Amino acid sequence: MMKLLASGKRLDGRGLLDYREIKIENGVVEKAEGSALVSMGNTKVLVGVKIETGQPYPDLPNQGALTVNAEFVPLAYKYFEPGPPDENSIELARLVDRGIRESKTIDMEKLVIIPGKEVYVVFVDVYILDHDGNLVDAAGLAAVSAILNAKLPVYRVKENGEVIKMDEYVPLPVQNCPIPVTMVKIDDKILVDPTLDEENMASAKLTITLTKNGEICAMQKSGLGAFTLDEIVEAQKIARKKSSEIREKFFREWC
Amino acid sequence: MRMVEKRQLVVPGDLLAEGDYVAGENTYKEGNRIYSQKIGLVDFDDKKIFVVPLKGRYVPKIGDVVIGQIVDVSLSGWTVDINSPYKAVLGVPEVVGKSFSPKLDSLTKILDVGDVIVGKIVSFDRTKDPALTIKGEDLGKISDGIIVKLTPTKVPRLIGKKGSMINMIKRETGCEIIVGQNGRIFIRSRNPEKIELVVKAIKMVEEQAHTTGLTDRVKEFLKTVKGVKND
Amino acid sequence: MTEIKKLIDENGLRVDGRKLDEIRPIKIEIGLLANADGSAYIEQGRNKIIVAVYGPREAQPKHIGLHDRAAIRCRYHMAPFSTDERKSPAPSRREIEISKVIREALEPVIFSEYYPRSMIDIFIEVLQSDGGSRCAAITASSLALADAGIPLKDLVVACAVGKIDGKLAVDLSDVEDKLGEADMPIAYIPALRKISLIQMDGIFTEEEFFKALNMAKDACIKIYKIQKEALKQKYLQTEKE
Repeated sequence: MMKLLASGKRLDGRGLLDYREIKIENGVVEKAEGSALVSMGNTKVLVGVKIETGQPYPDLPNQGALTVNAEFVPLAYKYFEPGPPDENSIELARLVDRGIRESKTIDMEKLVIIPGKEVYVVFVDVYILDHDGNLVDAAGLAAVSAILNAKLPVYRVKENGEVIKMDEYVPLPVQNCPIPVTMVKIDDKILVDPTLDEENMASAKLTITLTKNGEICAMQKSGLGAFTLDEIVEAQKIARKKSSEIREKFFREWC
Repeated sequence: MRMVEKRQLVVPGDLLAEGDYVAGENTYKEGNRIYSQKIGLVDFDDKKIFVVPLKGRYVPKIGDVVIGQIVDVSLSGWTVDINSPYKAVLGVPEVVGKSFSPKLDSLTKILDVGDVIVGKIVSFDRTKDPALTIKGEDLGKISDGIIVKLTPTKVPRLIGKKGSMINMIKRETGCEIIVGQNGRIFIRSRNPEKIELVVKAIKMVEEQAHTTGLTDRVKEFLKTVKGVKND
Repeated sequence: MTEIKKLIDENGLRVDGRKLDEIRPIKIEIGLLANADGSAYIEQGRNKIIVAVYGPREAQPKHIGLHDRAAIRCRYHMAPFSTDERKSPAPSRREIEISKVIREALEPVIFSEYYPRSMIDIFIEVLQSDGGSRCAAITASSLALADAGIPLKDLVVACAVGKIDGKLAVDLSDVEDKLGEADMPIAYIPALRKISLIQMDGIFTEEEFFKALNMAKDACIKIYKIQKEALKQKYLQTEKE
């Protein structure tokens, strides 16, 4: 394997900076307000977006609320156990959350129904269906795609203060398109979009999420190893290039 | 080139030397640089640089004499707590003769949970817990005394060069003392005041192990106290 | 109408009077817990964090032991009285994620292969929190590990750099983190010149990111000197007695 890497190729024939084949399918779950199924090689992640109403966060009374949760369901991988989210699924959910939140992908201020009392709550649920590495990028892409194609149920406030759900939908107000790029370090080489085997071999993993303007909005190193400053700066350049490639290919209208 | 002097206090990550040197105990080499792994005092032996740590848990070594406490009994033998990341096993053949056929209640009659023993480490590697024997001179169950703790890395100081410190303490106090490499020391005497003296001497070693002239100071202390008592 | 708080005043000073590249005052105490194998206490600004290390000790339950090295466990936990509003004692998702990243920040320096089938526990309790607690926790955890006599490649030191009122600033306090535009904690291993933790939330341009990374590394080196001094002082004192 190391010899392969030295010559710039991986076990599956990819170059070090190549993604596996990515497929995105939207609207697969009609009952959800938004949904997307992403496959990246053998990795499959489904994200469902449900939009409900509720009270705003006390320190953000004039904004909608966003919650991201991830389920590493047992059918996806032999080592996923049923039960409450473990540190890996919590880390993934929070990382995807930061990507969406910090880039202000959803215009939260447009999600207010009654200021200070009733707002839209956007639930983004990440469902891992098949684990072959790089769950973060697949989940991040699926979440973005589901959100960009989600429909917002219209609520009207009557004169007497009652809030009623209308039978119409408008698109969710979106204004950005964050794309995460995950890289691992094996030996001293940086590889993009690791398979499960590559993740297990790697000494460290780094995810960098970029907005449509090329700004960094989230970053997370995970795994047991460490990066030099140069490697991090190089990773950032790679992430910028790959995220715009993916944005160009799948989300052109949002760029 | 050496960056430190003998007996200099170093901490993890301190650069000790650069160049053609050998990384000794508690140091590691990265490229041609040697760094300390622990808090301790530097020492060197020609090209070998090592650190004598001030703190640390006991890691078993074959041949070490240790003092431990029985924590479990099974048909194959006893499990012993030796103040280490690993519990030690004391197999039946290392306690009684080969012709002995073990029955659980007869085993507890020989050694029971809570008993204290002096044993010797006969085997230890990365895949198995350390194994003890109590067959041998000065080994076996011990009682009627007290056990004092000492940081394991300071035991060599308590023993001294060729036993100079420990033999001096034995002479000055007349107590029976067994020193376990694992930082457990057994003291027995008919005179409780003498035991207290030994405890105080051990405390001096704990606090001043890294200083020079300690043997003389401990001797002074023991002689002074004895002197006062004789007035 | 909420008043927009300015985080940097006309003199370029921050809410607590610091300059942009100034870290908060740090106070360290080592070996303060009798039961733990190693311990350290740190105050950084108004953060008050205590860390205890137990180990290497027998892996309990046995199945968490690894055949070729020590299993490292880390628990970052905030006391209910540590924040402005009382926090429930149950571990939150944030604490679980932080426990993971702290463990991964410290693991690269621990010679865990010396102690197969054992475990090393790092317990972090945040008694008072004021921004940057994960960084202060990492700084203190390294000291607790060294105090426990666990062999390390180096001490790990951590500090965050953020963006407030459009300017890069070192070691953000809680109010700066909440009202600021970006926060990026890093953990640095000086002897290896490597970064073992990096996270970021907010918005950075490529240029800001590069500057912030170097600012953070410089701040870490300052704190590293404080760490080493504290360790040497503790043990030199014993020598003087």
